[in-house]
Parts: sequence; C-alpha cells; structure tokens
Amino acid sequence: MPQKNYGATTVDVDAEGYLTDFSQWTREIASAVAREEGIAELGPAHWKVVEFMQKEFKENGQAPSIRRLNKSGVITTKELYELFPGGPVKKAAKIAGLKKPEGCV
Amino acid sequence: MNEKIKKVSIIISKGGLDGVYPGLIMSNGARMEGIEANLFFTFFGLDAIVKKRMGKIKIATVGNPGMHMASILGLLPGMSAMATSMMKKTMDKIDIPPVPEFIEMVADAGCKLYACKATVDMFKLKKEDFCPQVDSIINVGKFYEIAAGGHIIFT
Repeated sequence: MPQKNYGATTVDVDAEGYLTDFSQWTREIASAVAREEGIAELGPAHWKVVEFMQKEFKENGQAPSIRRLNKSGVITTKELYELFPGGPVKKAAKIAGLKKPEGCV
Repeated sequence: MNEKIKKVSIIISKGGLDGVYPGLIMSNGARMEGIEANLFFTFFGLDAIVKKRMGKIKIATVGNPGMHMASILGLLPGMSAMATSMMKKTMDKIDIPPVPEFIEMVADAGCKLYACKATVDMFKLKKEDFCPQVDSIINVGKFYEIAAGGHIIFT
C-alpha cells in the first residue's frame, strides 16, 4: 500500500492520495493535504465542511453530496465552490481523510 | 495520462425528464471535477429553464420503449404523472434534485446557462419567461464562440 509523509508523520493512502485509514487523520495532516490541493490555509468555514463530512461519513459510510451540504445548512453551493476551487467534494473529502466520493451528483 | 478535459458545452434539446436530466447531471459533474461548463437549451429542452414549465416536467409513458411497458398502458390517465412521481422519489433518495433545484445547483456551481434564440422566437418567449439563472438568449454562432476550445456534447 502506498504511503505518504506529512512532516514527521507517515500515513497510508490510495493511488490518488486519499487516506485509507481514518485513524491516522489529524488536523495537521488536513492542513498539509489542503496546501497540496492549492488551499493555503483552512479557515473556520473549511473546518465546518470538513467536520460535517466526517460526521456524515461516520453515520452513512459515504461523503455527503453537494446537495446535502447545502440542504443541511452547512454551506451554500456557491460558497463551497469558492472555498474548495476546482472540485469541491473531492477536495473536501481528501482533506477530511475520507475515501474518494463515488456519487455522480 | 491523457490531457484533462478543461471545458464542455452541453446542448439539451429534448423535453421530458429523460431528455433533461442527462445534460444536467453531466454539466454538474463537470463542475464537480473543476471543468468549465456551459448549458445550451434548445427546442423542447427549453422547458427546463422556462419558469412556468420547469417544475412540471414529466416522463413520457407513450412511445418510450425505455419504460418497459406497452404504450397502450401509457395512455391511461395519470400514468405519466405516476411514473414521474415514482421516479422523482427514487432520484431524491440518491440526491438527484428536481429540475428547478437542479438548475439552481448547476448555476451556483458556476455553470453558465443559455437559451437558444431560434427556439425562443419560435415559441414566442421573452427573457422574463426564463428562470433568473439563465445568462442570456444566444444564437448558434454565439454558442460556437462560447464553446470554442472545449468539447461539445449533444443530448
């Protein structure tokens, strides 16, 4: 299984760099993944999305859709695209330490 | 690895749920992948952005071989409404929104929406008949100009 180093920490990842073991996730790793994805710093709104995604994943076994993020009042679709430019759900899931989302919408 | 697709322009030319959804899903999916997306609505596909029609789009039960039933059954009163409501429930469960919400979602995602001028003239529609997410009414030439440098998908 591929591994990746973030600072002094080594984590297990899949071929695309998504964490395969959520227990290895930390906020520091999230920030490092975010930088790789072109997000210089995670602000409070980013964290709100990341935490909601982790909660949903824990409950349903998959990352929430954009629609669900919007309907649950966590973040509007427009803001989500602004916060995670160039692929909001994929990027947010990666930062949150979840597997790559599989849904079409 | 092949070069990434950077831009798609999708034409929605057919009415009915099965005519409208594929283009909406593909344009939304493009935006989710960071791909620039344009939607061009023409002919009966225009229903999806006409305010008084967008919430009433149904699935055709007559002359639709995909329904797996005899067309004569599709003629029964209420059959189209029933099939539509069943389909909508299933779609809602997998987070595919109803047409008006979907239009709002793709527009919020940064997809640009355009109405075809020829169809607008033919159906005698005006800019105010369209939902606010529609950027403008454009002719075919303008569409090609907007689509330049990207892929074009006709649905």
